[in-house]
Amino acid sequence: MKVLMALSGGVDSSVAAAELIDSGHHVVGVTMRLWGGESDTGCCSVADVDDARRVAQQLGIDHLVFNFTDDFNAHVVDPYVQAHSHGLTPNPCIECNRHLKFERLSERADLLGFDAVATGHHARVEGVGDRLFVHRGADAAKDQSYVVHMLAQRELRRTLFPVGHLTKAQVRQRASDLGLRTAAKPDSQDVCFITQTGGREAFLGSRIPFRRGTVVDSDGARLGDLPAIEMVTVGQRRGIGLPGGGPKRYVTAIDRTTATVVVGDEADLYVPQLLVDRLVWADQPYTGEVLVQCSAHGAAMPARLDGHTVHWQQPQRCVAPGQSVVFYDVGNSYVLGGGIAA
Amino acid sequence: MQNGYTYLDHAATTPMRADAVAAMLPFLTEQFANPSGSHRFARQVRQSIDEARDDIADVLGCRPGEVIFTSGGTEADNTAIFGTVDRRGGVALCPAVEHHAVLHAVEARNGLVIGVDAIGRVDHEALASSLATAATPVSIVSVMAVNNEVGTITDLAGVAAIVRRNAPTASIHTDAVQAANWLDLRAITPHVDLLSLSAHKFGGPKGVGILMARAGSAFAPLLVGGGQERERRSGTHNVAGIVAMTVALRATDNERSAENVRIARLRDCLVDGLQDGLEDVTETVDRAHKVAGSAHVCIGGIENEALLYLLDEAEVCASAASACASGAMEPSHVLAAMGVPNERARGALRLTLGRTSTEADVARATTVIIDAVRRLRTGRAA
Repeated sequence: MKVLMALSGGVDSSVAAAELIDSGHHVVGVTMRLWGGESDTGCCSVADVDDARRVAQQLGIDHLVFNFTDDFNAHVVDPYVQAHSHGLTPNPCIECNRHLKFERLSERADLLGFDAVATGHHARVEGVGDRLFVHRGADAAKDQSYVVHMLAQRELRRTLFPVGHLTKAQVRQRASDLGLRTAAKPDSQDVCFITQTGGREAFLGSRIPFRRGTVVDSDGARLGDLPAIEMVTVGQRRGIGLPGGGPKRYVTAIDRTTATVVVGDEADLYVPQLLVDRLVWADQPYTGEVLVQCSAHGAAMPARLDGHTVHWQQPQRCVAPGQSVVFYDVGNSYVLGGGIAA
Repeated sequence: MQNGYTYLDHAATTPMRADAVAAMLPFLTEQFANPSGSHRFARQVRQSIDEARDDIADVLGCRPGEVIFTSGGTEADNTAIFGTVDRRGGVALCPAVEHHAVLHAVEARNGLVIGVDAIGRVDHEALASSLATAATPVSIVSVMAVNNEVGTITDLAGVAAIVRRNAPTASIHTDAVQAANWLDLRAITPHVDLLSLSAHKFGGPKGVGILMARAGSAFAPLLVGGGQERERRSGTHNVAGIVAMTVALRATDNERSAENVRIARLRDCLVDGLQDGLEDVTETVDRAHKVAGSAHVCIGGIENEALLYLLDEAEVCASAASACASGAMEPSHVLAAMGVPNERARGALRLTLGRTSTEADVARATTVIIDAVRRLRTGRAA
């Protein structure tokens, strides 16, 4: 097959390219230029493109750079800012996968005559019956099926995850054996367009007006103020402007219209159900028993899925609106679908 | 160039002339001495530099003492802008379509950037009024002789008249990096105080260039140290580069008239062929206003990044706009300044011809481009 390999400049995609070459594919590497602004998080930077290019040279494959900065702004950065101004807690990396890697890049690959697009995610595409599903990566600690949960049959048929069957240690070992310069490179952690020095606050503060908020308890009694309700997330404990020493207080609700943040005990965070919007399915919409995962490395908890509603078997901490919610089969091995917490 | 490749990216760089390569070799081997030294071996090498300077002055129509050897066009441009503003105060002014070596230098000193017309020529009225009304006096005006993306030729005599009338003390600089192959430099130098050239655009090696600076144009050196270029530029001479550049510039000057005719015919054939074979291909600048080697077109219904991949795969070397440090294509600031809508600019393709271009190149490129555009327009590639 002719495969377009997304090379980020990290170790996983470097080894993924090597795996594809070993399997006899015709591989072309591509690095997407996504964020045109300031960055210090070591993702998508010029230095990463340099690493990607050097790895491609070492492996003897062509390397391209595609400039998708406009699409990235339109589909990832602008919605991220908008979501925060609406009191949501978005996951921009998932939107980047959805719109850039598995939409924009895949369409480009199709147009240019590639049979498949590959990325370095720790996940596997495997069949269940005659259908394909994203399965968890072999390394449970590094599994990334959550962030690529949005793939449907059409995308699954043209997507490869060449390191999904390897553990992270095996990936690093392979990179080291091949003498790849990315072998010991640390994993990227943070959102690429938010600088470590300025943080989320500086990024959002320069794009949307912050509104002062009032912090109240569940009875509506005023406890204090905070400078920006756009910076507050449901479930948050620190940085809500309450004096220390008292009982631990968590944000249990945010009312944007009145700029009010409600806090309560940890017990107040637990809810019997969860509403999910913007549902996507690997195959057919599913109703019934599932395991539900609400963060990249959170545990998948048992629930019954009925339309847009997740009925937890045991009450679970409420999920910040805007976060991705992913449904796995009861065997906890593959993704059925997912959506966004309402 | 490997066999089979069709090279249509001569504005990026053009292959070195064989005689220029040959001219370098003695200075990379036995004639290794530092030309600034005092012994006989140094004096021999020094003579080669002096002769090169005389030769270049002859092709430029200036005095040998007005020729400063640099590391290339960027250094020459930076020296002109930074050096003039730093020495004389005031601000720099340039049109928005300048090469980044000028534009970023002007912006770095908070200079003035003015608009251009639909084919990229500096707006004469805006130039006059900006000079007349500038809050801080303009000390240098920089207008490129030929645009590197779209090939537009500037009427430097006209620009100079406006500058002399509205800002009599301002220096006039021109980035003539894209002009050497196509325009008689002797016709440009009378209108300017400073002029930049880059050897690898006309068959010389990379890493060497020229800043022509008229006597009396005051500027601070960008590089200080040994003062090798009469204190206007320091650093040991790139002897092999300077000698090879001189050979290339002389040959270019000799062949220019004939090449202009030959290449214009090839370029016309290329653009006509694309327009005959494809719907919705527009020539960005009409042929009367650009140099013979430039064939910039905007192709509707495609993205140039995708097209360039297919051309690369078919071994046709072309380009779109300038690439950033990552290697990604940046949206063209030139097309934006000319008012070309984004959706047209997305299909911009820069094909540039040069000394080694042949009819066979044009025929092959035409076929490959038409085929690639059709594939992209109809969806999935074959």
